[in-house]
Amino acid sequence: MTIQTASPISAASITSLSKSLNEPNWLTELRTQAIEASANLELPKLEKTRIDRWKLDAYGSYQAAESVTSVLDLPEKARSFLEEGKEYDNLIVQRNSTAIYKSISEELSKQGVIYSDLASALKDHSELIKQYFMKAVHMDENKLTALHTALWNGGVFLYVPAGVKIDSPLQSIFLTDNDDAAFTPHILIIAEANSSVTYVDNYTSNDLAGNLVHNGVVEVFAKKGSHVQFASVHNMDRTVIDLCYRRAIVDNDARIDWIIGEMNDGEGMSDTTSILKGKGSSSDAKVICVATGDQKLNITTRAVHFGMHTSSDMITRAVLRDSATAIINGITKIEKGATHSNGQQTERVLMLSPTARGDANPLLLIDEDEVKAGHAASVGQVNVEQIHYLMSRGISLEKAMKLIIYGFLAPVVAEIPIAAVEQQLRTVAERKLGQ
Amino acid sequence: MSQSPKFIIDGLKATIDGKEILKGIDMELNGGEIHAVMGPNGTGKSTLASALMGHPKYEVTEGTVTINGEDLLDMGVDERAQAGLFLAMQYPSEITGVTNADFMRSAINARRDEGNEISLIKFIRQMEKKMGELEMDPQFLHRYLNEGFSGGEKKRNEILQMMMLEPSVVILDEIDSGLDIDALKIVAAGVNAMRSEDRAFLIITHYQRLLDYVKPDFVHVMMQGRIVKSGGPELALRLEADGYDWIKEELGIVDETVGQEEEEFKIPMNTVAPKY
Repeated sequence: MTIQTASPISAASITSLSKSLNEPNWLTELRTQAIEASANLELPKLEKTRIDRWKLDAYGSYQAAESVTSVLDLPEKARSFLEEGKEYDNLIVQRNSTAIYKSISEELSKQGVIYSDLASALKDHSELIKQYFMKAVHMDENKLTALHTALWNGGVFLYVPAGVKIDSPLQSIFLTDNDDAAFTPHILIIAEANSSVTYVDNYTSNDLAGNLVHNGVVEVFAKKGSHVQFASVHNMDRTVIDLCYRRAIVDNDARIDWIIGEMNDGEGMSDTTSILKGKGSSSDAKVICVATGDQKLNITTRAVHFGMHTSSDMITRAVLRDSATAIINGITKIEKGATHSNGQQTERVLMLSPTARGDANPLLLIDEDEVKAGHAASVGQVNVEQIHYLMSRGISLEKAMKLIIYGFLAPVVAEIPIAAVEQQLRTVAERKLGQ
Repeated sequence: MSQSPKFIIDGLKATIDGKEILKGIDMELNGGEIHAVMGPNGTGKSTLASALMGHPKYEVTEGTVTINGEDLLDMGVDERAQAGLFLAMQYPSEITGVTNADFMRSAINARRDEGNEISLIKFIRQMEKKMGELEMDPQFLHRYLNEGFSGGEKKRNEILQMMMLEPSVVILDEIDSGLDIDALKIVAAGVNAMRSEDRAFLIITHYQRLLDYVKPDFVHVMMQGRIVKSGGPELALRLEADGYDWIKEELGIVDETVGQEEEEFKIPMNTVAPKY
């Protein structure tokens, strides 16, 4: 055992846990392979962020939480994301290592939609899952993806059959409230041809005494002509280190929309990537981030164009308070052959204190001539003239700051197509920005 | 509350980056009066407006200003506004993400106690009414503050704010610049509608044009950071006809500007010589 490559968990325990959960053999083998591979793989190299200095070994151990049959019996923290009295037909709640609540409407079931925690979906849909699991993000990309493959639990499996269009959002909630318990959900979404679906989730924590690593992976497969809207708000305590890879593979004329709120209080790394594989496919990513305290964040959005006539747009806006640090990366890659593609990106960072550090790194990597690509980036502090203007109308300094900060986030928040997510983001931002 | 306003500037001196721009301004404004401050560019007119509003770039070094007996210079910018001062700015800021409606409601509610905020319906009605008077598209309510507004639209938006906030002392800083004649008439009508015994105006301009539509009671000429001549409306007409040279001659002023350096011509460094 070398010092750097110590795995938090032994291969033998991974194998035996997988067997005791009656997981299919392919998965047990993959988990075992992954834990072995993780020992030799490196951590990802992140721009200007020493992730190797983060405390990345607190994974906890698998602990099954007790299921509940009614949303009323959910832990209070989870219930706070639900409107009282409203029916929740399509909802999955994971507490620590396992799902404790799941429901899917009869209407969707009848149409062949599968909405379940990924762990239980393995019983009936093992072959289907095997075809896609860890195929957008690969097990051996780096130490984190390998560890995720070995350790993942709970999660979500969403399968939308061809042509099925689902109007109202499917929701899930991920709650970690025990720092001894592993919390490593894997989200797998497959939208078959010409289907459409909106998925919304929240990551939250409660009463954590010690450190915990959340090492999550999201994989989305948007088939020909489908449209997937994926919204996610992460709002976990200071003690949680949040590592998250989100990746979509987008086929001909399909579209993925990402709406991400990076609202944690602890260190975080996220990488949200759209792979525009098919002709005419498109992607849109909107990321909002509020960092406080001495938080360190590294947030990447990425679009990789393979297909002709593909288009991508990425917008990230980050507000930094106190001595928070955020490295915001935008990467537009247009591959040879992706003619007539269009990739646009904007990163803006607003720093509210002289000790906050922000960095916006737009990157265009273009290997094709007949394309359009553009980027805009800015890092700055609150504009003195703007403050003066607002105050000259009788508005207090505090209120003027608030207007300007929300105004900074508003162009992204206002575009969020799901009212509930928009409201959640506003509420969380307000809490994080409150004095 | 509705006592006639009194705004007294006494020996006001102000500097920017240590350079003295205002060299002792005296002025007294009473309710119902309209004062015009005229003068060529660079004589300190806009500095006077900014210093009175409390812009952080300007430092008041001497003198006093009182608004209805209260010490204005002791107040923060927001307190000055709450005490009744309003400055229609020459270059209003653009603020992305903050709608005109959010902004105006915040400004109105800043003048009200908690729990006594203006109702949304009442607010919208008031805004729409005033916007109608200024011939502004109601859509401007939901546009981001001054973002993408034309010069004329920005000026109208300043007048709209004045109408909504009903201040007792109004300073208009070059409100006529960048306006075509139709917009000028609308803005002037807005100002005239607000003319009352409860309100005093200080109009800063270097053209007579606006004063054709808003008749001043007093006209002051500013040069070298001082008021060098005061009179009635006939003074503005003379300036329009004869320019400022006769005043300079009369007072023996060679250079009327103050503290502003000529912009040096610099060779652009990022250019490349043509190849042929």
